[in-house]
Amino acid sequence: MNFFRRRKSLNTQIAHDTAWSFHGGLVLPDHKALSKQHPLKKAALPPQLVIPLQQQAGGVNTPLVEVGDTVLKGQKIADSKNPVGAPIHAPSSGKIVAIDERTIPHPSGLPAACITLATDGKDTWADRAPIGNRYSELPAETLRQAIREGGIVGLGGAAFPTATKLTPTHPIDTLIINAIECEPYITCDDILTQHFANEIIRGIDILLRLLGAPHCIIGIEDNKPDAITSLQHALKAKPDDRIKLTVVPTRYPSGSEKQLIKLLTGREVPSGGLPANVGVVCQNIGTVYAIHQLVMQGNPLISRLVTITGEGVRNPANLEVLIGTPIHQLIEACGGYQENTGQLIMGGPMMGFTLEHDQLPIVKASNCILVTPKTPEIKQEIPCIRCGACEAVCPAQLQPQQLLWYSRSGEHEKAKKHNLFDCIECGCCDYVCPSHIPLVQHYRYTKSEIKTREQEMAAAEIAKQRFESKTKREEALAQEKEDRLAKKRQQLEKKTKEQHTDGGTKQDAIQAALARVKKKKDAQDAPKVTEPASEPATNPTDDTPTPQTAAERAAAAAKRRAEKKAQQSPATNPTDDAPAPKTAAERAAAAAKRRAEKKAQQSASTNPTDDALAPKTAAERAAAAAKRRAEKRQSSAHRGPS
Amino acid sequence: MHFQSAMSPHTRSAAHTGTLMKNVLYALVPGVLISTELFGWGVLINLAIACVTAIVAEAVVMKLRRRPVAPALLDYSALVTACLLALSLPPIAPWWIPVIGVLSAILVAKHLYGGLGHNPFNPAMVGYVVLLISFPRELSQWPAPGDMLTHTLSVTETVRFLFTGILPETVRLDGITMATALDYTKTQLRLGDDLATLASHDSYGWLGARGWEWVSLGYLLGGLWLLYKRVISWHIPVAFLGSLLLVASLFALIDSTYFSPPLFHLASGGVILAAFFIATDPVTASTSPVGRLIYAAGIGVLVYVIRAWGGYPDGIAFAVLIMNLAAPTIDHFYQPRTFGH
Amino acid sequence: MVIAVAILCALALAFGLLLGYAAIRFKVEGNPIADQIDNILPQTQCGQCGYPGCRPYAEAIANGEAEINQCPPGGEAGIQALAALLDREVIPLNAENGEVKPKAVAVIDESTCIGCTLCIQACPVDAILGAAKQMHTVIADECTGCELCLPPCPVDCITMEPVKQTVMTWKWPKPDHSTQAKSKTHLN
Repeated sequence: MNFFRRRKSLNTQIAHDTAWSFHGGLVLPDHKALSKQHPLKKAALPPQLVIPLQQQAGGVNTPLVEVGDTVLKGQKIADSKNPVGAPIHAPSSGKIVAIDERTIPHPSGLPAACITLATDGKDTWADRAPIGNRYSELPAETLRQAIREGGIVGLGGAAFPTATKLTPTHPIDTLIINAIECEPYITCDDILTQHFANEIIRGIDILLRLLGAPHCIIGIEDNKPDAITSLQHALKAKPDDRIKLTVVPTRYPSGSEKQLIKLLTGREVPSGGLPANVGVVCQNIGTVYAIHQLVMQGNPLISRLVTITGEGVRNPANLEVLIGTPIHQLIEACGGYQENTGQLIMGGPMMGFTLEHDQLPIVKASNCILVTPKTPEIKQEIPCIRCGACEAVCPAQLQPQQLLWYSRSGEHEKAKKHNLFDCIECGCCDYVCPSHIPLVQHYRYTKSEIKTREQEMAAAEIAKQRFESKTKREEALAQEKEDRLAKKRQQLEKKTKEQHTDGGTKQDAIQAALARVKKKKDAQDAPKVTEPASEPATNPTDDTPTPQTAAERAAAAAKRRAEKKAQQSPATNPTDDAPAPKTAAERAAAAAKRRAEKKAQQSASTNPTDDALAPKTAAERAAAAAKRRAEKRQSSAHRGPS
Repeated sequence: MHFQSAMSPHTRSAAHTGTLMKNVLYALVPGVLISTELFGWGVLINLAIACVTAIVAEAVVMKLRRRPVAPALLDYSALVTACLLALSLPPIAPWWIPVIGVLSAILVAKHLYGGLGHNPFNPAMVGYVVLLISFPRELSQWPAPGDMLTHTLSVTETVRFLFTGILPETVRLDGITMATALDYTKTQLRLGDDLATLASHDSYGWLGARGWEWVSLGYLLGGLWLLYKRVISWHIPVAFLGSLLLVASLFALIDSTYFSPPLFHLASGGVILAAFFIATDPVTASTSPVGRLIYAAGIGVLVYVIRAWGGYPDGIAFAVLIMNLAAPTIDHFYQPRTFGH
Repeated sequence: MVIAVAILCALALAFGLLLGYAAIRFKVEGNPIADQIDNILPQTQCGQCGYPGCRPYAEAIANGEAEINQCPPGGEAGIQALAALLDREVIPLNAENGEVKPKAVAVIDESTCIGCTLCIQACPVDAILGAAKQMHTVIADECTGCELCLPPCPVDCITMEPVKQTVMTWKWPKPDHSTQAKSKTHLN
């Protein structure tokens, strides 16, 4: 149980306390005084800015500029077609010197596409068209579009495109401003609030109009008395009934969105759902300021406050930094490193990730650069004793000891059943574990394993479906051909029977065939009628009557022998089909196709009909017909994929 | 400048399992001192034998398992098992009793199942049960409290007795032993007496068993300190003692001539030791708060059942082991609600 | 004594009849175990196991004709999943069937392709787009990396390119001692 100290209200704008709490959490030594010793400064303009293209969740950005282009400050240099996304703007004026893959600040240490901008020192702004005070008259959609165009993303750490977040799927009744900043060491939001409280209140007004929400709660921890005072003064100067300032006890991770909503409103965001599901939208206070700057000044998101802190830095301070500024420059601006440095962390000590070197740039999501001192080796990991300390501090009310068991043994189903995916990776469990087990690492790994496995299974399912439909298609084709062949055989038997019952001799049959051919030749002198060829010379499975002349029969027999040979010796024939089993009919068809194409290639004439001279013998006629068929196939192939 | 990479979080509290276990050992001190004062040097000698055996056994096993030996010893879990087992045994038991008990606990109950954190059964209780079933005579020979003895054994005499079984010339075995209150109660009730006639017997003290009630008080002080230090949570002691009190009160109300009063149960045998030290073993207990309440309540009920109707005078070891069996099932059915579900 | 024997015989008869009836009445058609095995297999349809596709291999395992260690695309994880399903021992991948290779997709060199459609016919999942005398190209998302298209190509224009790991595809590594810092700050 958590009991909250009742606070004396200094004016009616501040709530006494909050009636709700969330389970678990830790009171950590906050180390915030370290970076508040020196005043807020603007970081110097660096000679080069390296701007990664992917700085937020959502659509992939593509560059809108090329190497060699000159850009102005605030000019859009990359955007994505995906409506869930945010463009990137040039943080200063200068020339684009490179668009290539560079190492970006990311736990993987892998490279990604970046735009490198060499600054010209003049810092010239592009034309800005601020909306100004008339924002109250504009429709919400216009404001949203402006926010997207301004490249505004969540500055609390997740960098989610703000315009999308402000397009809720449910009606919103409460806007929560997250000024909690619960991680130790970080003070950028605190300093921002102290300096720009008035702008923040105006920014809240913009957001309330955009969302059409009636209430706003600013949540702030009680370890920020100066920021609280600044907000109180700002609210006194511009009283607003809709805005309530709520001071909460300092506890990590109060600033986590779902926990904060529970803390301030008592509502629990359903698992897998969004704050909009409970009628709430949460915005980081830095994002609110950025929105204010965009609407009132027309400034897109090109800079932010960053806390450079840690016992490994000589003069920790907060700096106003242009996106793309290399970290080493910021450290130098803060007096450089101490003698004894441990790790370079982007973010806070609980959820930040380490960087391998300081040549990396600041991105929109960077709120803190923490340099830890080197400390002596810690004790090794020992087995879990199921003490339950982790369960007691988990803000998501999970059972980390059970999740560890299932993660270690790879029992993904059980891990999912114990709600592994509700873990917010805050690190509270890891912090208190007396056995020094790297709990969060296990959960991260298992989550990615489960997701990968699901993706693999989905892909395998699709591959299986494609394979099955291909097999079915081939079988259907083969079956069709078999049926046609059987039908033809039947027809042949019937015909021969008829002929024999007629009493006709073979000679009569030949004469009849000759007569048919002559009729056909007469027909050919008339306008061309594309009828399927009636000679079976090359393709015994094609739609033709059975061979009539001895020559044709011989030709057909020869073809069949050739095909049979081709069937029996697939290895020697380089153009033969893959080891996958195929029907004899298909192989024959393929061989016939090869021959026909070869024939078609040999025919030099563009005239589809090559019968300037009427063919003399039936065999020649048969060959000509085959050529016509081949050419017809070719021309139909040219018309489009078969 | 180049830096090393690591995974978040990049900091942690100073808590360590070894510290937790050490605190458990410290908490045993008051009870041990009172026990030694009342029941002689055997308490300390058994403790010493048990601890040495435990350390040697743990080191040998970790070596055989090809695991690092030092971290295993420095987590003090083997020592805790040894001490709890030794304190459950009669202080005058021969030297090989704690040795066999500790070996069963460490080798069989703990390491055969995978070592620290992997054993389903409480190792100390497994060791105790092995001894109880294999050597019932040695385990039912309990010393009389010091104030009843004409001659208290000195250190050397105790050592000699524990290692060789030879007593000083003037002392007879039945001069230094006495049935415990629980043992006496059970035997006599079976023979047809009722509680009123038994009450004047020497083995009864103020509230519970003579002498042992003060030892329980010592353990209670230690247990409360552990609660204060947050080494253990309140769920198991409260649920265990509560359910035992509840059931005992119920039956005492039904028939007070046959069923001992509830406070007698609390102050006799190893109830307080079990409530704060044995049942709270985190590895073998249920893991969620509600699960722990049910688990401990089950132990309380079972202890009473065995004491009232079972074959043994005190049933803590069996009760704990039976509930160890049930702990995974309890955990399965009593998962706490996750945030957002 | 005779009565005891008679009772036991009667019991045996009764249970035997019951089991026989159950075997006929509750008989399951088809081979559900083959379906379960098929669900574990990666559906690459490459034939490295020696069977013409994943389903025939699944049925062969179900019939006891094949071992569970013949599938290289399934890798170690696949063998373990099969072992868990069938309650068999995990055995190492049979080297005769091939080796575990990193995920790769086929890529057609368009300058060399002659449009012969042989690879299209060979691909078991229709992952190659093209037609006779038209340019052929591999649909990378559908390619399972089975390599069946490589042998038929008359001009050897198909190569297997390993899928490059990018920031988007990177995964957290498995925790072991190397991923833990050598030192950590104590905030207390």
